[in-house]
Amino acid sequence: MPKDSGIGASSKRREDVRFLTGQGNYTDDINIHGQAHVHFLRSDIAHGTINRIDTSAAETMPGVVRIFTGADFEALGGMPCGWQVTDKHGEPMQEPKHPILAHGKVRHVGEPIAAVVADTLEQARDAAEAIVLDIAELPAVVDMKAAVKADAPKVHDDLPSNLCYDWGFVEENKAATDEAFEKAAHVTTLELVNNRLVANPMEPRVAVGEYARGTDEHTLYTTSQNPHVIRLLMGAFVLGIPEHKLRVVAPDVGGGFGTKIFHYQEEAFCTFAAKACNRPVKWTSSRSEAFMSDAHGRDHVTKIELALDADNNFTALRTDTYANMGAYLSTFAPSVPTWLHGTLMAGNYKTPLIYVNVKAVFTNTVPVDAYRGAGRPEATFQLERVIDKAAQELGVDPVALRRQNFITEFPYATPVAVEYDTGDYHATMDKVLELSDRAGFEARRKDSEARGKLRGFGINCFIEACGIAPSNLVGQLGARAGLYESATVRVNATGGLVVMTGSHSHGQGHETSFAQVVADMIGIDENMIEIVHGDTSKTPMGMGTYGSRSIAVGGSAMVRATEKIIAKAKKIASHLLEASEGDIELKDGAFSVAGTDKSVAWGDVTLAAYVPHNYPLEDMEPGLEETAFYDPSNFTYPAGAYTCEVEVDPETGVVSIERFASADDFGNVINPMIVEGQVHGGIAQGIGQALLENCAYDENGQLLTASYMDYTMPRADDLPGMADYIVDHSCQTPCTHNPLGVKGCGEAGAIGSPPTVINAIIDALRSGGHQVDHIDMPATPAKVWAAMQG
Amino acid sequence: MYNFDVVVPGSVAEAVAALGEEDAQALGGGQTLIPTLKQRLASPSVLVSLSGIAEIKGVCKTDDGQLSVGGGTTHATVAREAAGTFAGLAGLAGHIGDPAVRNRGTIGGSLANNDPSACYPAAALGTGATIITNAREIAADDFFQGMFTTDLEEGEIITEVRFPVPEASSYQKFEQPASRFALVGVFVAKFADGVRVAVTGASNDGVFRWDEAEAALSANFAPEALDGLTVSGDDMINDLHGTGAYRAHLVGVMAKRAVAAAS
Repeated sequence: MPKDSGIGASSKRREDVRFLTGQGNYTDDINIHGQAHVHFLRSDIAHGTINRIDTSAAETMPGVVRIFTGADFEALGGMPCGWQVTDKHGEPMQEPKHPILAHGKVRHVGEPIAAVVADTLEQARDAAEAIVLDIAELPAVVDMKAAVKADAPKVHDDLPSNLCYDWGFVEENKAATDEAFEKAAHVTTLELVNNRLVANPMEPRVAVGEYARGTDEHTLYTTSQNPHVIRLLMGAFVLGIPEHKLRVVAPDVGGGFGTKIFHYQEEAFCTFAAKACNRPVKWTSSRSEAFMSDAHGRDHVTKIELALDADNNFTALRTDTYANMGAYLSTFAPSVPTWLHGTLMAGNYKTPLIYVNVKAVFTNTVPVDAYRGAGRPEATFQLERVIDKAAQELGVDPVALRRQNFITEFPYATPVAVEYDTGDYHATMDKVLELSDRAGFEARRKDSEARGKLRGFGINCFIEACGIAPSNLVGQLGARAGLYESATVRVNATGGLVVMTGSHSHGQGHETSFAQVVADMIGIDENMIEIVHGDTSKTPMGMGTYGSRSIAVGGSAMVRATEKIIAKAKKIASHLLEASEGDIELKDGAFSVAGTDKSVAWGDVTLAAYVPHNYPLEDMEPGLEETAFYDPSNFTYPAGAYTCEVEVDPETGVVSIERFASADDFGNVINPMIVEGQVHGGIAQGIGQALLENCAYDENGQLLTASYMDYTMPRADDLPGMADYIVDHSCQTPCTHNPLGVKGCGEAGAIGSPPTVINAIIDALRSGGHQVDHIDMPATPAKVWAAMQG
Repeated sequence: MYNFDVVVPGSVAEAVAALGEEDAQALGGGQTLIPTLKQRLASPSVLVSLSGIAEIKGVCKTDDGQLSVGGGTTHATVAREAAGTFAGLAGLAGHIGDPAVRNRGTIGGSLANNDPSACYPAAALGTGATIITNAREIAADDFFQGMFTTDLEEGEIITEVRFPVPEASSYQKFEQPASRFALVGVFVAKFADGVRVAVTGASNDGVFRWDEAEAALSANFAPEALDGLTVSGDDMINDLHGTGAYRAHLVGVMAKRAVAAAS
């Protein structure tokens, strides 16, 4: 029986009422009396020396308040990087300065050079056109392998080279891994690209800075997934504003997908300029600006090798990856190809020896950072592709080869430094084969062939590390932040609750699912609970939402705070009922004395807490408000198995996704409807990466895909109909180390689907006699057709 | 956008007069011009909207059996009103862009712009249509002069397009994945005296007629008549979405599909 409320119920998303009726309050909806507008003059070349910026004519233009250039920010810190990676020699990564406005050089198309603040946006744009730039163009470096050659143009003149770091993991395993390859009965090698993507949230980035001269208080309204992180980074490292004088608000946010985690120049600029101009300053990104200023995702070039013994057991895995950092280090960029990627290379398999090498490289392109999945899709793609290729080379069933090498005993310590707490990979494989009707595939293939089409079946498994993350561990790995989460539960006198969470909802539906958890714990109606997030003046210091961490870490903090509330409420109830505290039971929103008919309602207890006439004041403070900080003891490890069936039109190379099925193990599930929506959306993004999306630069560093005319977003008709787009989460091995037993579901679809699609395409092409080993993403019609031509 | 004035004349004569002003620019449905203005890539002093001119809107049959489409007629109107008389043209119009585009964009605007990836030029050239302006009549074979270039003079307005109605026709479009403009679009029209085949999207020179296919199909109007026929990829557009060779290949595929679908 599906539940109709509380944990496990598909409660309707309460926030959708305001979103769908135009009542949302997004950052661009915020307009402050007297606000000015800023337009950023951005570089239209990838690399050049700034000789002169002449703003004199522009400053006389109508409506101009002030024009800023890099020189205005020389005294301030630049944009900070939140993660320091140590290279394979034990040396820290190369960390270039990252100015708020370009200083000395421009290093990518889209880098802000000057900021024009004016009464209106049109006036700011007009004046920006009157700025005279003298920039001497320099040769740009775009290709990563070319960038690390000795004679390559340097992106940062003060660094020794374009190499940010050369990371080896686990360095101590390298010799043994190499030896295993020498002894291997079979080695499968694959070279591939994980294509660069642009996140493209529906809402572009916006920042509004405000300064109150009377109280010396700064406020930044911004499209962020983590306002406290922005407050800490911007206040402490960029602008030097103490936290008690800086408020950061991230109100309704229309999608993030990672790209709204990071601290951006425009945020620091608007905060700074509001004080400098003594006026609120607003910036709203155009879609064109978003393409060249939002941090991009992925962009790895990899060679992966898999060693097998004579019985097809995986004996070793070795990878060599180039990871593009872009021109500067975005906030968490260094962690993505290392700790969020290398640690996942074991996948679902008991490969005993693994060595991962990653060279992070600076190029004259937009910075690259975390994008839905962040490192884990890159790990999964190469691993699952090389396994499929191995199965093909050995002539064995790709399902059987995977099953043979599955990890089956938990907890399992991988050779890449993580310990999986729970999982059942055979169960998700069984489930997905059932859901996808693999048994019926051959008949469907014959039907496709009768219509002149090639049909392929793709299988894929994945694991991810979510619930980010144990703070002491990530501190050892170079994180410059803790990764706990916080919650304050405030009970009002008449029994309603407000939960102030450090998590942030930008599409995830927390306002619904978080309320379900608290309602379930107390036994009251979900509508008695309000979830507050996104404002540093209201919520306790929290780290925000990314890495599928909200319910696992933020939800756990909320559970801990609610447990404290219940414990105190039981004490109050025991006083009111004149019973021993140990005999008090809470059920369905009422406290009762075990074994009696004596009870007191939730509302009577909460009222007593705030109107403490009959209250043990000598033993207990009045009031009912508790805060908890939760720091996880391990990552969570959602895992699953996905299948995809494609049809390829041999005449044109068009690939259509005919069926897709996913069997995920997310542990316990709070709201099945929301989880299914997350997975549907994640798979759509993964199909986008596999078939459609590609961020392309030319050799001069010009962005070729700078609008939707050339950057292909997935659309509804690129996906199978709902009956053939099956998402399942019935296989559940609850997490052992958080109170809800949850693992997180936000990124799974985007991680698991790209290799599934490519595996299916390769299967389809080979069924048509085309000896194709691999197609790089996106598998566009042109690319698939070219592959068929040999 | 930069600032500009807008005038909305009620007749072709008034529009022609208004376009005589310096830096005046005609505005059809605005599906190309408005985005261009928003990117500040054009700075007309005055926009002369053609949307208020009733005399250049609508679809009707002429006395000699041709289909007359007013230059200011939207794609949605053509899709609806040509469906009974000229299904090939209605099908083309009904698959341009999305509903918002089809309810704003006009045939005159599309032909005057002559985007190499636009659909309508294939229909005009593929039927041997006549493009009628405020000043003269231009045969489609003379009208299209390469990418974004036509025979139109400065300030000349397309008032009407007159299509000979084929016995059978079809337009088959292979969409560029991102924009969904035509990566290759082929219009095939069978008349009593022969077959015309026009190709859009593919060539660096814009829309063109595929002579060999016309000859082969005039002899035998069947997909297999095109077996072995190829166009050269040398002058085809080569970009992110497809090489010249791929486009050349698609011309053959889309032409066959158009013949098979012709009705």
